[in-house]
Amino acid sequence: MSIIIDKVNYIYGQGTAYEKHALRDINLKIEDGQFIGIIGHTGSGKSTLIQHLNGLLKATSGAIYVNGEDIYDKDYKMSKLRTQVGLVFQYPEHQLFETTIFDDVCFGPMNQGLSKDEAGLRAFEALRAVGLPEELYDQSPFDLSGGQKRRVAIAGVLAMKPQVLVLDEPTAGLDPKGRDEILDQIADIHKKTNSTVVLVSHSMEDVARYVDRIIVMNRGSVMFDDTPTEVFRHYKELEQIGLAAPQVTYLMHELREKGYPVSCDATTVEEAKEELLKLFGKDRVSR
Amino acid sequence: MIRDITIGQYYPAKSPIHALDPRVKLFGTFVFLISVFAYKGIVGFAVVTLFLALLIGLSKVPFRFMVKGLKAIMILMLITGVFNLFLTPGEVIWQIWKLKLTKEGIAAAIRMTIRLTYLILGTSLMTLTTTPNQLTDGLEKALKPLNKIHVPVHEIAMMMSIALRFIPILIEETDKIMKAQMARGANFDEGNVIQKAKALIPLLVPLFVSAFRRANDLALAMEARCYQGGDGRTKMKPLVYTSLDARAYVVLVAYLVFLIALRVVLPF
Repeated sequence: MSIIIDKVNYIYGQGTAYEKHALRDINLKIEDGQFIGIIGHTGSGKSTLIQHLNGLLKATSGAIYVNGEDIYDKDYKMSKLRTQVGLVFQYPEHQLFETTIFDDVCFGPMNQGLSKDEAGLRAFEALRAVGLPEELYDQSPFDLSGGQKRRVAIAGVLAMKPQVLVLDEPTAGLDPKGRDEILDQIADIHKKTNSTVVLVSHSMEDVARYVDRIIVMNRGSVMFDDTPTEVFRHYKELEQIGLAAPQVTYLMHELREKGYPVSCDATTVEEAKEELLKLFGKDRVSR
Repeated sequence: MIRDITIGQYYPAKSPIHALDPRVKLFGTFVFLISVFAYKGIVGFAVVTLFLALLIGLSKVPFRFMVKGLKAIMILMLITGVFNLFLTPGEVIWQIWKLKLTKEGIAAAIRMTIRLTYLILGTSLMTLTTTPNQLTDGLEKALKPLNKIHVPVHEIAMMMSIALRFIPILIEETDKIMKAQMARGANFDEGNVIQKAKALIPLLVPLFVSAFRRANDLALAMEARCYQGGDGRTKMKPLVYTSLDARAYVVLVAYLVFLIALRVVLPF
């Protein structure tokens, strides 16, 4: 499912003292099956942008086409779009409301008009995909730990089987272990279902490890839109807008400055290890 | 959609009205309310309109913004208007069944509608130009004497400021949860009354949970900072009257006296 964003502008509170130009002339094309990371400083417009993807916010000007259809057309069914583009908000655990976890995950599929059995099946699948232990399914969502609540909330969107999954800072406020687990599961879902995943984050490490395309937002505009390697080449410019490249990028650049012939393209620890082994490994073998 | 509620919202601007001491503005609102109900005839009405227009002009708050607050009480105004129209005894102009449209009724309806409108405009002018914190500070200071008869003025003011502070937070939270549930296919606009009420459950439960969580967090944070009520508490920005405030008091008293005098001299 392709999404084309054409010259989209969004202005909050137009005509009041609180007016804020949150998006400026955004042009993007999101292709099928991509794993995209959107990064940017607080207030750069990332959350505003993703709310346009499922029609929760209507662009002040510009157009959005999903599968070639204009979503601002009078006849376009927003409810259909919302089931195709699953949006997981920041701190999604704040949306839980049912008496049991299972019922809560069923909420989305039931709204899609599925039968109780089908919705249950979907919920079961989704809860398993996020790795929640089965004995918890009948408990109240309010008794869970923070990380578990978040999984339930993500499952609530997954159960709708969206073709595009958009996650707004899914790891905010989690400890490193919970963070890695959730991201691994998202990557896993992406691989298994071949759905498009859009991950909003401000952690470069998170993004570099999983995505194959990075969109950098700054003050409501797209600053870079490229592969992680290409984007992190601009690490000095990223710093100027309050972001940073992954730590290995800095390491490689520093090694290079000290005269070691390494490539600076590594963005993950794994790639850096390969690169360094190439350099030092030979020495060790010859010795 | 939910941001359209203007009552209790502050509109930042640099104007003499914004710069006034909140106590003056409280007193001013009080004077204005008296004046709205003091007049009866067209002359008094003209003076009050002029005064209100002057204040709105001075405040630099766009008129469009003020009128938004009126929408909320439209229904109330309509009902009062209709009641006044048909239930005021007097000279009958037109009659349908037992409902009599009277000359006095028309006058009363017009008067009541104007009064209600001015009431809302006057009070929104105060809330739009005064931050909730200033407002409660002003109230606390103005009601301080009541402390002598054991009225917990500080505690009441604190509760008020917390409540006011939480309004925008909860509105934002409502907006967020609404969007999150809409992303899961919830529909808040369609269906009959029962379906609509049912659709609110996924909104209200998380909202209550979050309100309690926030209240709990706030109580903890206050205790961690050794909050223990008003005794011996000092202010970071104590309220001090300036010459602007003195002039405003003079204007307000003059306005009230003038209007009452006008009512005696020109009672039409």
